[in-house]
Amino acid sequence: MATNIELTQPAPAADLAPRLSVLEEVVQFVRKKPLGAGGAFIILVMLGAAVFADALAPYDPYRADYGAQFARPSAEHWFGTDEFGRDVLSRILYGAQIALFVGFTASLAGCTIGGLLGMVSAYLGGTVDLLLERVMDVLLAFPQLILALAVASILGPAVQNVVIAVAIPIIPRAARVVRATALSVKENVYVEAVSALGASRRRVVLQHILPNVVAPWIIMVTAQLAGAILAEAALSYLGLGAAEPTPSWGLMLSGSASAYAEKAPWIGLFPGIAISLAVFGFNLFGDSLRDALDPKLRGR
Amino acid sequence: MRTYVAKRLLLIVPTLLGVAALVFFIMRVIPGDVTLLILGGDQAGRIDPAQIAAMKHQLGLDQPLLVQFGTWLWGVLRFDFGTSLWTGQSVIDELLIRLPLSLELALLASMVSVLIAIPLGMLAAVRQDSWVDYVVRVVSIGGLAIPSFWVGILCILLLVIYFGWGPPLEFTPPWVDPWANFQQMVWPVVTVGYRYAAVTTRMTRSTVLEVLREDYIRTAWAKGLRERVVVVRHALKNAMLPVITLIGTEFAFLIGGLVVTETVFTLNGVGRFVVDAVAHRDYPVVQALVFLIAFSFVIVNLLVDLTYAWLDPRIRYR
Repeated sequence: MATNIELTQPAPAADLAPRLSVLEEVVQFVRKKPLGAGGAFIILVMLGAAVFADALAPYDPYRADYGAQFARPSAEHWFGTDEFGRDVLSRILYGAQIALFVGFTASLAGCTIGGLLGMVSAYLGGTVDLLLERVMDVLLAFPQLILALAVASILGPAVQNVVIAVAIPIIPRAARVVRATALSVKENVYVEAVSALGASRRRVVLQHILPNVVAPWIIMVTAQLAGAILAEAALSYLGLGAAEPTPSWGLMLSGSASAYAEKAPWIGLFPGIAISLAVFGFNLFGDSLRDALDPKLRGR
Repeated sequence: MRTYVAKRLLLIVPTLLGVAALVFFIMRVIPGDVTLLILGGDQAGRIDPAQIAAMKHQLGLDQPLLVQFGTWLWGVLRFDFGTSLWTGQSVIDELLIRLPLSLELALLASMVSVLIAIPLGMLAAVRQDSWVDYVVRVVSIGGLAIPSFWVGILCILLLVIYFGWGPPLEFTPPWVDPWANFQQMVWPVVTVGYRYAAVTTRMTRSTVLEVLREDYIRTAWAKGLRERVVVVRHALKNAMLPVITLIGTEFAFLIGGLVVTETVFTLNGVGRFVVDAVAHRDYPVVQALVFLIAFSFVIVNLLVDLTYAWLDPRIRYR
């Protein structure tokens, strides 16, 4: 009996598809999804900048050099210097660390907490579901800015704290998506069949519902990553995120960038390009990933 | 349908109650005492404690928190949001001064974006994976990626430096002087509208793509209908549902999310009002604004869902 079931299971798809070398796969991906590949490239460059910032940065991002204030972009300072004579390029390279840190932790934490709540909500149903849904409604309707203001004034403006302010609004969104997916999976005949065969609730949730929720969860994480990077920049710009002298891209755009806009436009120009490129890359990549994972659009 | 509307209206109550409680207690937890701020400075020692107590009593801040919360909620129920702790003016009056600007900004931005976004998104979907599609996608992802405050800074930079043009400082309502109003609003609208249009374009594209795969579209093609009829009459109508949702929720977000744009362009709108009120610990103002923002968000969401039911006969709510 058991062997029969084994035999009727379809062979894993990987064995049917011709094996490709890594290089061939990359070439195929670039050809099929040129925009996604572009996004992946930008992300790789950003990761490289963050990891090798120590080696790549020509100057100390924190050291003020009053002999070189407002230096134009030149061979010495590619992106110029700011009002303290700090090298803008070095600050942008180190800024990649902050953007990636906040982006990854906030989006992972938000999506994980939200995803778990959504699973619980969908599986337990009833009063728990109703209560959790109301809490999510409150979080969704509550302005993020006030949340960020509260976090910044209670815990102080710092990179670690801005993660909290960025992650909280992600929770209800992730919960919604995962709850909806889990609910529709729960309705499937096979889940009913597994339950009828006597599988425990834990087994049904872990073995049969969870794997189906993973794809939308991954899509959520990638989609929220870009938003989280942007949110950090906006909050730091408003003075509610990272505090001076942290080389946060958003912070680099606040105050001095507009105050000295006429005198030294490069102070505001390059961090803005960095933010835009990073978010652009993650969005492009996230889009292609969604297209690849979404069964409704697959194979097109 | 009627029971559905009743149920939804009923569910609004706990949500708004939650928001009200959250903002009320968050504001009290935040360090910083409004009485000290009003009396000047944070050197607590130099101000007579009796004076502080008198001020607290005058503002009603000496009562237990739950009593304060109850009083406030009772006021909200009668649409009385209290008075600003700083100016003594009614919160609603203060809000009405600033609302036209933010509302105009949000409305114009959403109008501009819808007019651009829906045709573009449709075009990109119909010509999927062509250069048109790629251009539309890159430009719209750009709209998501480029921070609005940076676009604002660039706008001001270019206008001020190269054209010697500065935005007028006083807000002029469109019914007083349309030209002055236009001059003031055009760049903020462009900055906000670009992002808004980007989100809507992407949604339109992906839903039209999904709808184009449906069987009834194949039938429409098979009947020999022209492309325009298939796309506009058959596909677009059904693809509009999620797009309407998005336009609605984005609009609700926009009302509360104009802070950054208003900061960049130094506009005295609702967004600035919230931030200033938090900085001054003006509790009634913050509470009222957060409550009203959440209220508009919830109502817009409800309207969107009802539009859904109205537009799609397949949806039957219990």
